[in-house]
Amino acid sequence: MSKIISLISGIIFGVGLVISNMINPAKVLGFLNFFGQWDPSLIFVMIGAILTSAPFFFLFRNKNKPLFAETFSIPKIKNIDSKLIVGSSLFGVGWGLVGFCPGPAIASLALVNEYAIFFLISMFGGFFLTRLVNYK
Amino acid sequence: MNIINFTPLSAFVGGITIGLAVVVFFIGNGRLAGISSITDNFLTSKEGRGDNFLFLVGLIVGPIIFSFSTTNEIPFLITNSLPLIIAGGLLVGIGTKVASGCTSGHGICGIARSSLRSVIATVLFMVTAILTVAIIGIK
Repeated sequence: MSKIISLISGIIFGVGLVISNMINPAKVLGFLNFFGQWDPSLIFVMIGAILTSAPFFFLFRNKNKPLFAETFSIPKIKNIDSKLIVGSSLFGVGWGLVGFCPGPAIASLALVNEYAIFFLISMFGGFFLTRLVNYK
Repeated sequence: MNIINFTPLSAFVGGITIGLAVVVFFIGNGRLAGISSITDNFLTSKEGRGDNFLFLVGLIVGPIIFSFSTTNEIPFLITNSLPLIIAGGLLVGIGTKVASGCTSGHGICGIARSSLRSVIATVLFMVTAILTVAIIGIK
């Protein structure tokens, strides 16, 4: 059952990226163009998603297990460290360069765009580079 | 600042849809729908690989299913040159891996769980992204 839940969650997520047009890098860059011709729309994506999910996180906070898995796997780390700060700042620069973050970049494989594929390969490269530096 | 192309309703409905996906994945499988972590774990860890794979397949299948429901083409445009795209991809990969999260993991799930780490991460990547666009500009 957990497999079906994973697939369904992914499908709903992908549909949401299309409805909101967050899948579109040009739309995202319009949102990030705060000091120019600004398109504030994507703020409403975050508001909609947070308003929908926050009550469920709250309601399930003391539950022992989810419906179809043995345990909740939620990050326990709480401290604000330099990794969080440096990583998020670098991520923002990359996001601003292209208008792609990981979700839309993967969902856009549906549209078969060669630039999106180059972006994804580079992103995977970034994961692996970080792993090399971290674990050797 | 001029406001253009403002589509708050579709953005809000799309956001609610994404929120539903987060809810289903959380109450069903007890996991957070943070795409950078799901992708990285799928690539490098055997644990939960089937679930991660199916989530990512769904993420690609979702837009395909949606495109059958409409005659309009899905608006999609990448304007940047290849070197910028590769640099952007690398930075997004490194940054989300080092910070353990991206727009979905920190910006949606983390904030919805009222995690201070995620609020700080989100403010930071928003600010550096806006500054990057302000410096590089949009073609």
